[in-house]
Amino acid sequence: MKNNFKYTAFIVLLLLVTYFVFVFLISSKTINNYYQGILMLIMINVMLAVSLNLVTGFLGQLTLGHAGFMAIGAYVSALFTKVSELPDILSFVIALILAGIAAAAAGIIIGIPALRLKGDYIAILTLSAGEIIRGLIIYFDEYTGGSRGMKMIPAYSNFSNVFWIMIITIFVIYSIIHSRHGRAVIAIREDEIAAESVGINIVNYKLFAFCISAFFAGVAGALFAHYNTLLDPNNFDYNYSIEMLIMVVFGGMGSLTGSIVAALGLTALPQILSDFSNYRMLLYSILLIIIMLFKPSGLFGTHEFSIMAIGGLFKGKKSKTKKRGDL
Amino acid sequence: MPLLKTENLGITFGGLKALSDVHVEINEHELVGLIGPNGAGKTTFFNLITGVYTPTEGKIIFDGKLMNGKKNYQFNNIGIARTFQNIRLFKGLTVIENVKTAFHSSMKYSPFSGILKLPSYWKEEKLIHEKAIELLRVFSLENLINENASNLPYGQQRKLEIARALATNPKLLLLDEPAAGMNPSETSELMETIDIIRKRFNITILLIEHDMNLVMGICEKIFVLDYGMIIAKGVPEKIKSNPKVIAAYLGE
Amino acid sequence: MNFIQQLINGLSIGSVYALVALGYTMVYGIVKLINFAHGDIIMVGSYIVLFSMKSAGFPFWISILGAFTLCAILGVVIERVAYKPLRQAPRISALITAIGVSILIQNVFMLSFKPDPRPFPNVIDGNFGIGSINVSYTTALTIGISVLLMILLQLIVKKTKVGKAMRAVSEDEGAASLMGINVNRTISITFAIGSGLAAVGGALYSAAYPLVDPFMGAMFGLKAFVAAVIGGIGSIPGAILGGLIMGIAESMTKAYISSQLTDIIVFGILIVVLLVKPSGIMGKNVKEKV
Repeated sequence: MKNNFKYTAFIVLLLLVTYFVFVFLISSKTINNYYQGILMLIMINVMLAVSLNLVTGFLGQLTLGHAGFMAIGAYVSALFTKVSELPDILSFVIALILAGIAAAAAGIIIGIPALRLKGDYIAILTLSAGEIIRGLIIYFDEYTGGSRGMKMIPAYSNFSNVFWIMIITIFVIYSIIHSRHGRAVIAIREDEIAAESVGINIVNYKLFAFCISAFFAGVAGALFAHYNTLLDPNNFDYNYSIEMLIMVVFGGMGSLTGSIVAALGLTALPQILSDFSNYRMLLYSILLIIIMLFKPSGLFGTHEFSIMAIGGLFKGKKSKTKKRGDL
Repeated sequence: MPLLKTENLGITFGGLKALSDVHVEINEHELVGLIGPNGAGKTTFFNLITGVYTPTEGKIIFDGKLMNGKKNYQFNNIGIARTFQNIRLFKGLTVIENVKTAFHSSMKYSPFSGILKLPSYWKEEKLIHEKAIELLRVFSLENLINENASNLPYGQQRKLEIARALATNPKLLLLDEPAAGMNPSETSELMETIDIIRKRFNITILLIEHDMNLVMGICEKIFVLDYGMIIAKGVPEKIKSNPKVIAAYLGE
Repeated sequence: MNFIQQLINGLSIGSVYALVALGYTMVYGIVKLINFAHGDIIMVGSYIVLFSMKSAGFPFWISILGAFTLCAILGVVIERVAYKPLRQAPRISALITAIGVSILIQNVFMLSFKPDPRPFPNVIDGNFGIGSINVSYTTALTIGISVLLMILLQLIVKKTKVGKAMRAVSEDEGAASLMGINVNRTISITFAIGSGLAAVGGALYSAAYPLVDPFMGAMFGLKAFVAAVIGGIGSIPGAILGGLIMGIAESMTKAYISSQLTDIIVFGILIVVLLVKPSGIMGKNVKEKV
């Protein structure tokens, strides 16, 4: 917890440089539409992995319905922008906020029964909730297009808005973790009874984390809807939730930077190696088991990659990863 | 008016009376010992007066307020903090994070200012950081603030747990066998520390201890539990010579 | 009349849910783990029966015995390799491992036998009438075998030494081991019985809905787990009751409301039950030790 101005300035600079490099590469067609598509998916998956990590990594609860929250965001926003007659930008902004709120509301509705219970029920309840959401989308086909899918969604998402919304997502979740609220969430993961004994209302904080996590899944869903322009309820099934979980586990439960790296790698790899896609889940499942058996906190544990440390590497200094909370 | 008062307090687990008819009064600034043989119900009593268990009979009155039915965290918020018999630290967190977490309820900034890092966030975080270090200094842990709690030796873990409990700014501090697993010199040092914190933080302390001699040394008042009932209460000298207590400890 | 017909259908599918739910509840009772791979053992059982009948030409009952045995072994192997090392680890690690095992089994089968559904052979044809109600022999067989196995299981748990050991380990592993109970062996036996029952459940399910594919176990397993939770996890009568409730709710929804809504209603029941009685209908409340 150091108010290190230089560090902040360095990160902001790095983000701006990254952003403008990509904008240049896209506008000069060095990155073609195909790769731009992969880039969009990567950024959306980063948002999903980071938001899921808040619940799974920091709160320590296994949830298997993240794709469901994403679906709510996707459909709610698409329903709005399709009928809205407001200017495009305004309509998109409102749609994004609505998507987040709707997903967060669903998170609360599911969270109240799930979080009152101890133990593993939350995994099964969120899994069930994901299936209920998908079932409802298919059932109300008059509005959602049902299993035929929803088409003709305006293509509002582009590299710039997805990039900055992703950065905001990461920043918000990072800030929460480093606030008193985040400490309460982490304390619950460490020991619920001890957390309660120091005055933390664990039900409230579980709901809080759950709600924030669902909110950003909803926003990610909205970005996905307005990038893909068509929605199929089967995009949001159990398997997608599992893939997000795999990203979080591989990146390290409790490591935001780990989630970012894992989401990037796991989204890009199957796109680049197309032969790999058949064996992908087989490999992931074996890795999942091996990681849990030998390093249960995930590949990178709770360690965060420090950009300064990477910078130090180039200067020939010893690099080291920083511990969370020490940033 | 006593700080903590229980009337006719009792709890039944599946037909088994773990505690019954417990009348206890603890006044402000007292240092009180709760003793009794294994399985007498000492920790159960702690669990009742911290809201971990809900009593099946009787009343808990703290600071003039009826506490029955309140949740665990509400007991803490109103001023009861505790340690645990088998140390429950936030093991994956550092020493200072353990303490900072416990300052949670005394901090006021909203999630909103936390996210946007508004001035209130910086101000309170800075204050809490200083307070935490100050508190750790009392327990000579100030040089270990970035150490993982699980890496501390046993005696220091016990101390850290007390520091964490104190960070919640309690009126009543409950210590569940604070000297368990310590050697005699560590124990006497701990007893001194307990006396110091009582005076320094101006609080009331209730402690569970096995070792009679220890409790006799520092406590002003002692309650003796046996088979879920209070069999004796009073000043140490009286307890020492109480035939019921001797019988409970030595067996008839 | 139609109502009774639906009730019988519900009982039939419900008894299969119950068989599978028993495995979930026994495993949860003893090692406190949601065995996500349990659903996929249903699928493995169905494939074994399918190949045994079609390729090897064995009769149904021998195939079922084979599936029971092989799946029992599979269950024990999974427990020994993937779950046993994590008994003392945080819950979430064991859960993620279980998910990993589930995906692994699905993908091994998908890569070995193609993802496309395969037809399951006909077990017995025909129906018989009770009054004006037609009951197929398959339905009768399903209910019959399920009831038989449930009685058998109840006898094992209540009357035998192994059963006593199971109950002891699920109460308190440490104390059980101090009393001379071989905890590892007891857990293995629990996994063996649970997985065997899942295999039989899979075979009976496939006899009624004659298509087999590598992912059939996921949804079915989830519903069976929901049945176990509704009935009260850890309770054997609870699992049976939960399974029957699920089966009947499902067939009634299909018949009278909408087949699209069955999953929603089934999971809705779960949420309602957990809100009203978090420990399930026949479950008992457990307080964490402090």
